[in-house]
Amino acid sequence: MSKINLGSLTIAKAKEALKKKEFSSVELTKAYLERIEKLEPKLNAFVTITHDEALKNAKTADEKIAKGEDLPLLGIPLAIKDNFSTNGIKTTASSKVLDNYIPPFDATVITKLKEAGMVLLGKTNMDAFAHGSSTETSDFGPSKNPWNTAHLPGGSSGGSAVTVAADEALAAIGSETAGSIRQPANWCGVVGFKPTYGRVSRYGVVAMGSSLDSPGPITKTVEDSAIILQVLAGKDPSDATTSPLAVPDYLKNFKNDIKGLKIGISDDYFEGVDPEVKRQVEDGIKVMEKLGAKIKKIKLFHPKYAIAVYTILQRAEVSSNLARLDGIRYGNDRSAFGDEAKRRIMLGTYTLSAGYYDEYFNKALKVRTIIIDDFKKAFADVDVIMGPTSPTTALPIGATEGQSMFGEIADMLVEPSSIAGLTGINMPVGFSKAGLPIGMQIFGPHWGEEIVLRAGYNYEQANPLMDRKPKL
Amino acid sequence: MSKYTPIIGLEVHVELKTKSGMFCRCSGDYFGKAPNTNTCPVCLGLPGALPVPNKQAIEWCIKIALALNCEINEFSKFDRKNYFYPDLAKGYQISQYDLPFGHDGAVVLSNGKKIRIRRVHMEEDTGKLTHEGGLSFIDFNRSGIPLVEIVTEPDFHDAKDVSEYLQKLRQIVRYLDVSNADMEKGEMRLEPNISLSLDPKKLPDYKVEVKNINSFKFVEKTIDFEINRQEELLEKGERPAQETRGWDSDKQKTFSQRSKEDAQEYRYFPEPDIPPIVTSKETIETYRKSLPELPDAKLKRFEKEYALPAYDAEILTREIAIADYFEKAVKAGEKEKVTAKQLANTIINKKVDHTYLSTTDLVKQITANQTVQVDDKELAAIIEEVLKENTQAVTDYKNGKITVIMFLVGQVMRKVGKKIDAQMVKEKLERSLSA
Repeated sequence: MSKINLGSLTIAKAKEALKKKEFSSVELTKAYLERIEKLEPKLNAFVTITHDEALKNAKTADEKIAKGEDLPLLGIPLAIKDNFSTNGIKTTASSKVLDNYIPPFDATVITKLKEAGMVLLGKTNMDAFAHGSSTETSDFGPSKNPWNTAHLPGGSSGGSAVTVAADEALAAIGSETAGSIRQPANWCGVVGFKPTYGRVSRYGVVAMGSSLDSPGPITKTVEDSAIILQVLAGKDPSDATTSPLAVPDYLKNFKNDIKGLKIGISDDYFEGVDPEVKRQVEDGIKVMEKLGAKIKKIKLFHPKYAIAVYTILQRAEVSSNLARLDGIRYGNDRSAFGDEAKRRIMLGTYTLSAGYYDEYFNKALKVRTIIIDDFKKAFADVDVIMGPTSPTTALPIGATEGQSMFGEIADMLVEPSSIAGLTGINMPVGFSKAGLPIGMQIFGPHWGEEIVLRAGYNYEQANPLMDRKPKL
Repeated sequence: MSKYTPIIGLEVHVELKTKSGMFCRCSGDYFGKAPNTNTCPVCLGLPGALPVPNKQAIEWCIKIALALNCEINEFSKFDRKNYFYPDLAKGYQISQYDLPFGHDGAVVLSNGKKIRIRRVHMEEDTGKLTHEGGLSFIDFNRSGIPLVEIVTEPDFHDAKDVSEYLQKLRQIVRYLDVSNADMEKGEMRLEPNISLSLDPKKLPDYKVEVKNINSFKFVEKTIDFEINRQEELLEKGERPAQETRGWDSDKQKTFSQRSKEDAQEYRYFPEPDIPPIVTSKETIETYRKSLPELPDAKLKRFEKEYALPAYDAEILTREIAIADYFEKAVKAGEKEKVTAKQLANTIINKKVDHTYLSTTDLVKQITANQTVQVDDKELAAIIEEVLKENTQAVTDYKNGKITVIMFLVGQVMRKVGKKIDAQMVKEKLERSLSA
């Protein structure tokens, strides 16, 4: 069983191997569970390991495979961020407030993954309630960056990114409010895909910023992201904010070339970025140029405005969303909230209060509309926009201490596109001298998933990095 | 006559009788069910659960607004009203703030007074708290049931008008068939706000709101009690406190519940989980056209079309079922020459049970009791003839056996050969016999 080379496996390859009976889903699942058992003391990527559930799922998958059934994720072991409600399985959002909460229902994403045949390995660690970009706000301790365990994996979907980078899962599911998929994927050197807001159902995802939250995949390859996106995307009758737009076949065109693709570059997105990161992202853009893309300098709103808008809107929504954890149900009172949640509740309550609403919340709503228009104008001229995903490589553990705006700084380059509800991807481009991953982002217009996947795939083929592995 | 003018406004909550909840698929029929058995992740407000608005409820809310002559906001939205209370599952209520479905309507009372409707908006009900043996219990069965809130301007000046308005409002929602508005089941809840002003054109600088009133009678009592209470305070030179009070039906008085000086801070903001609701002009017109004939219009038509007095028309139009029954009976009666007035009298005076007696049977009953007029001279001749033919009976009667008169009535009626009023025959016979 340990003969399976997990490092080189992708969803696409594993599906082939399962079909050809090179190994069974039970064997594959056991290989992952063994690796999880070995690495968890070092990485702390999981809050809950669903050992029995995983083997049960794998056995069912093997039976289906034997019958010749073909489902998009049949027998594929995945890790899921712990803010996705799982029927009968603890869902804590990495917060003590919910440390023993077992939902009686599945999030729509979980329902879809189950229908697609996945094997659930466990629920991954995150910043508590997704408040952060480090996993340091988790009430169950931070996850560690596989490339250097003295460093942070990023967040809030930090645990999910770690499982993929460390081969603790074949792929993982994360959720992004502003950066929470792309930034940890960047710091961990894997692919992270954020769909357009409304493309993937939020039903059953413990809400952070309701007008922003977008579930999405964290994978080793662009193709794997496309496979998972295909399963997740679509209108959900249980989420009124999902779009009724038809879901395209994401697997159809993503391998087409990018000759003539117009890429927009804004200098403001490179301002204050670590020189090593800047250089490698610029190299990445050159690769795209060589592949036939056309680079165009564009002027966008400076990202600093998005930070202000994002901070106000997201805190306001957080303050309201967490009100349901009122200390009456769920077994813990509100003193169980961590400092970051308390800070956000207070700031959000303040900006919504009479006399401040117009000054803060309402103004932020207006600026958000301006930012959306700004991007609309930009996408009239270019197909995608590229830049660094984060200003720095993974910071050391402890870096968030006393930094209440840590997340906003770490995510400043992905916040504008999140505020506008756009789709984007993190592509690994290389490593710093210290051996930490560097990534670049490619983002597109609303419902531009196909073009973002195609751009990412072409880059990946020109600069494949998947086989470079952390030493663990 | 008091020197103060009462200034009264009303907030009324009406529970809609939709099949499912406002934002979830739980049954709308929760009454009497075991606690917390009519719940789901959405109405329990579990983490991650999301509201999906009930289209039927929105349509009905707009129809109520139209029936109250409101303007309809084509672009409307839901908002979160944030406050803490144990029966509020999410820590906020989904309601409407600045763009309610309906606004600026009016209802005209029978005395011609116009009551302006400020707004008609849609929201969700809360759970229910009960307290027993020092413990508090929460039942979420009612959580998420659709509620329509109807707010008037402070246009009332006495309890009688308030009462009439409430009757009208209840009648309208029942006509629309969108709520049973059963007060005892809490399907209609009333909250008057009352203050007194020296200048009837000026609003006073305070307002007393009374909550939890569950009958029209108590609303009248509450208002009269408050008018007296506030007048006494004002006469002493005190300004009544700005507060929420409750009605104690045992003690027949209001009592202070909480001060409103520091107004609740609800931190309203647009509900991010529900996109704005756009209702096109065409849809609004479709709703308007689908409204049934409303009570006022029906009453006027009954007066005109059936030549009924206002009193009869009012009784017959109180409930749409009775009005429909009456009109069906009029049709059934046409052939039998039974008039609308006869039908109206019978339905009103005999308190006909329309669910039990079919309209054709009603007409039959009336025709069976119908009598014809006979010529007085002809009748007098027949009576004389009968008395002559039945001398024995006449003697018996005169000797005190007065029951024999019914035999004589029978004889007269047989000779007449038509259905005539027996009472009238009896009276005439009595007069002849005593002559």
